[in-house]
Amino acid sequence: MDLLINFAYIVASILFIFGIKMLGSADTARRGNQISSLGMLIAVVAVLLTSGMNYTWIIAGLAIGAVIGAVTAKRVQMTGMPELVALFNGFGGLASLLVGWAEYAARPEPSAETGAAVILAILIGGITFTGSLIAYLKLSGKMGGNATLFGGQKALNALIALAIVGLGFVFVTTHAPWALYALIALSLLLGVLAVIPIGGGDMPVVIAILNSFSGLAASAAGFVIQNNVLIVAGCLVGASGLILSIIMCKAMNRTLGNVLFGSFGAATGNTGQAVEGEMKAATAEDAYYVLEAAQSVVFVPGYGMAVAQAQHAVKELAQILESNGAEVRFAIHPVAGRMPGHMNVLLAEADVPYEQLAEMDDVNPIMSTVDVAIVIGANDVVNPAAVEDESSPIYGMPIIKVYEAKTVYALKRGQGAGFSGLVNTLFFRENTRMLYGDAKDTITTLVTQFKD
Amino acid sequence: MVLLLFIFVLAGFLGFELIQRVPSQLHTPLMSGSNAISGITIVGAILASGAIEGQMGIILGFIALILATVNVVGGYMVTDRMLAMFHSKKGDK
Repeated sequence: MDLLINFAYIVASILFIFGIKMLGSADTARRGNQISSLGMLIAVVAVLLTSGMNYTWIIAGLAIGAVIGAVTAKRVQMTGMPELVALFNGFGGLASLLVGWAEYAARPEPSAETGAAVILAILIGGITFTGSLIAYLKLSGKMGGNATLFGGQKALNALIALAIVGLGFVFVTTHAPWALYALIALSLLLGVLAVIPIGGGDMPVVIAILNSFSGLAASAAGFVIQNNVLIVAGCLVGASGLILSIIMCKAMNRTLGNVLFGSFGAATGNTGQAVEGEMKAATAEDAYYVLEAAQSVVFVPGYGMAVAQAQHAVKELAQILESNGAEVRFAIHPVAGRMPGHMNVLLAEADVPYEQLAEMDDVNPIMSTVDVAIVIGANDVVNPAAVEDESSPIYGMPIIKVYEAKTVYALKRGQGAGFSGLVNTLFFRENTRMLYGDAKDTITTLVTQFKD
Repeated sequence: MVLLLFIFVLAGFLGFELIQRVPSQLHTPLMSGSNAISGITIVGAILASGAIEGQMGIILGFIALILATVNVVGGYMVTDRMLAMFHSKKGDK
């Protein structure tokens, strides 16, 4: 029987590998996800065949978890996706922590290797859990999205890290329960402390890293119970999460360390050169006349579009413009929004045709031929200071060069700065007009104007 | 243990090779899909909660099992919903 179970684990691992590979390409992604879920099913069925188990708790746990998971997955709105992914991720982390702890509770005299694996499962799982929880709170708006900083933060983190190493040593050598409990507490604390200083705009990176961590936690749990499928699957997730974080960091021209340990802008107090000129407000009616005559229009969505839930109205406007003879594109910055690919999900929900979605590198070369660029709640990803102002903290970050378009309409709730606290020089440009107010209302007004 | 470490390292390299370049459109589904895979810890949770004796371990395993199942079931379903959106849109064209 054991042979059969192990064989099933190999099959499951292979399905995970194919699943992840297929998730990386648009045509096969859905099948890939189904294949990887099949792998999961096989792994679960296989472990259920293990002899000498009491099924009461297993069935109860599976049933409760499946109902909660299914109901949440069905109910969630697409705009709520980032926080849901963060929450699920946290659950996975906590589960790995508990698996490590349970193993110790069952066999309190682990070998040095197993002891070390227990510590790793608890440490990584704990950080993943509370880190994801904080990310969830920030993303869902239950907690301020800004970076929370306090004096001595880095020193405190370093101290905790040191304590964890010390406690880990004590635990491996003495198997003392108190050392384990202290480790659990410190890991959970470290997760909180690691994520609170990271601001909203850096969230895509944080989520990707936490995703990677949840995989590594599962892998560590795999070392604890000496199970191959956990190690392989967890490590695959760890690697893919790491790649995503690196992609996100490149899109912001920053290093991983910089995002994690250097709080953006706030730390240096540098806000770049002073800006000349003033912001020029326009009305939806002005915008209507310009849009009516436009031959090519580019929409640049950002987090503001998600907040205002404006994607459906935007899609309607895009359709009208297209039937009016204009060429319509959506330019999507890799870190627009609060999670990797956030804007793509929203626009897909609104049924925007795939052909209209353009990546930053494809759209920038033709930007100067564009008549109207409509910036919907995006800010730093279109800030020309990243190209022009060497003293700006975001200098060097790749941006969508909307300022090259003939006319720019920026939809914005108020006159405030972006998440980074930077003044966006785009808004002061000669060719930029501001449309203040709720993005959804503004777009809906434009749509009505066209219909009249 | 060394053998397990060996497997871990190989899987890591494999992971990097598999996902070298992902279109940004797929970042979210990739993340939530791989997130569901990280719920593989469910296997460990089942083993712990199915133990015959050791109350503490069973309780911890049981909680872990609920959490991991939420992660697995919810993760796959949400990912599928998202990808269905991408898909249907393509069918129209």
